[in-house]
Amino acid sequence: MMAYKREKRKNDEPREITAKAGIIPRADGSGYFKIGNTEAYAAVYGPRNLFPRFKQNPTKGILRCNYNMMPFSGMGNRVRPGANRRSKEISMITENALIPVLDLHEFPNSVVDVFIELPQTDAGSRCAGICAASIALADAGLAMKDLVSSVAVGHLGGTVFVDLDYNEEAFDEGDVADIPIAFIPKTEEYSLLQMDGITSKEILFEALEVSKKAIEIIYKAQQDALKQRYKEGQK
Amino acid sequence: MNQDLKTNILRTLQKGFRYDGRKTDEYREISVETGVVKTAEGSACVKIGETHLIAGIKTEISTPYPDSPDKGTIMVGVEFTPMASPNFEPGPPSIQSIEIARVVDRGIRESKSIDFKKLCITEGEKAWIIIIDICIVNDDGNLMDAASLAAIAALKDAKFPEFDGKAINYKKLTDVPIPVEFSPIESTVLKIGDYFLVDPIPEEEAVAEAKLTVATMEDGKLCAMQKSGAGTLTIEDIKKMVELAAEKTKEIRAHLGGR
Repeated sequence: MMAYKREKRKNDEPREITAKAGIIPRADGSGYFKIGNTEAYAAVYGPRNLFPRFKQNPTKGILRCNYNMMPFSGMGNRVRPGANRRSKEISMITENALIPVLDLHEFPNSVVDVFIELPQTDAGSRCAGICAASIALADAGLAMKDLVSSVAVGHLGGTVFVDLDYNEEAFDEGDVADIPIAFIPKTEEYSLLQMDGITSKEILFEALEVSKKAIEIIYKAQQDALKQRYKEGQK
Repeated sequence: MNQDLKTNILRTLQKGFRYDGRKTDEYREISVETGVVKTAEGSACVKIGETHLIAGIKTEISTPYPDSPDKGTIMVGVEFTPMASPNFEPGPPSIQSIEIARVVDRGIRESKSIDFKKLCITEGEKAWIIIIDICIVNDDGNLMDAASLAAIAALKDAKFPEFDGKAINYKKLTDVPIPVEFSPIESTVLKIGDYFLVDPIPEEEAVAEAKLTVATMEDGKLCAMQKSGAGTLTIEDIKKMVELAAEKTKEIRAHLGGR
C-alpha cells in the first residue's frame, strides 16, 4: 500500500486563499472566498420580511441559506441547475454552522437570506461557502459573536492532511476519511462536523488538532477582507 | 410602473444627462476576462459597470435530432441567481431569464457562428452539445448585452475535452477550439418618453416603455432582434434604435479584443 505524499504544500497547509468583502453591490452584504480552485460567492439579503407568513416567528428571526453550484462548476459533467438533495443538505448544515454566532432574537418575524454560489469547485465547497457567508453576514452589519472559519481535514491511509483537493479526496488506498469542520475561534467551538470515510478515534482527534493552523490562516484572511473593505470606506 | 421615478428620470434626461451622469448613448466601463473557471471547457467573466456575470461552457455528447442527423447543437441557460438582486428568487427560471437565454441563443444560432455540422462525431449517432450557462453575480442593469458578450467570449475561450469514442475526459482539454466563426454582439436600446438610451441601470429598465435588442455581426449585418416590454415603437423609432444599437456593438466588440 502506497501512502499519499503531498508535493506542493505541507500537510497542514491550506491552498492559496483569496478573501474579499462587499463584491456584490446589490446585496446588503457580500463575501468572496477562494481556496485553491474552489471559489464561493455569498450574498446576504435582510433582515427582511419573511413570506409565507406562517413561517414567521414572533420571538426570533430565521437564517435561510441557499447553497448552489453553478452549472459549469463541477469537475465532470454539467451540473443541472436547481436544488437537489445534496445542495439542500449543505444549505441546512451551513445554516447550522452560522446560527451559533448570530443573535436571531434581534429581528423577530424576519429572515436573513444567505445565497451561496460556486462558479468552480475543487473539493471543499461547503467549507468555502461557509467562509464566504460568514464574511457576507459581517459585511451586512449583523451583530455576530465571531466569524466562522471552515475547512476540510482528512486522512489518507493514516496521514492527516488539511484542505483536501479533488484528487486527494478521490485517493482510495487504505482507510481514508474527509472531515469538513467549521470552527468559532473566539469560543473554540465547532459548529460543523461531518465525516465520511473510515478513521480511528486517534486519527480523528489528531485531524482536529492539525486543522487549527489552517483555521487560523482562514480566520485571518476573513478578518483582513473585512478590514480592507472598510479601510476603502465604500458604501 | 413607478410614475415618480419616471418623471424624475425624464426630468434629468431633459437636462441632457442620465441618473448616473452618463450621456444617453454612453456605456459604462466594460471588462471581459476569459479562462476564469477551471472546471469549465471555456469561461468568461463580464462586467458592465457594476453588472457582473460569469459564463461557462460545458460539453456533452448526445444523439443528434432525427431531423438533423449530421448536426450537433447548442443550449443556452441564464441563471438569475438569488444572490445577484433582491428581486430574484430561487426556483425555476423566470420569464426574464428565459427571454435573455433565448435571445442569446438566437444571436449565436442564426449568425451561424458555430457550424453545427462540425459538432457531429458520427452521423445519426453521436454529436457534441455545447452548453452555455450564464450566471449573474450582481445585477445592475443591461443583463441582455452583458449575457451575450459573456456567451461569445466564453465560446471563443472553449476547447473540446478529450473523447476516446466511449467517454469524455473532462479533466483533459484538447487543443481543438470549439469552431466559432463569427461573433454576434448584442446591444439594447431603451425608449423612455422621446429618449433613446443604451446600457440601462435597473431604474431606467423599470420605467422604459420598450426595449429593442439587436445582434450585429462583424460585417454590420443584423442576425437577431427582440423587442421587449409592453410599449410600441413607430417606424422612425425602430430606425433610430437599430442605427444606435449597430453603432454601439462596434464599441462593445472592441472588448473581445483578439479573442
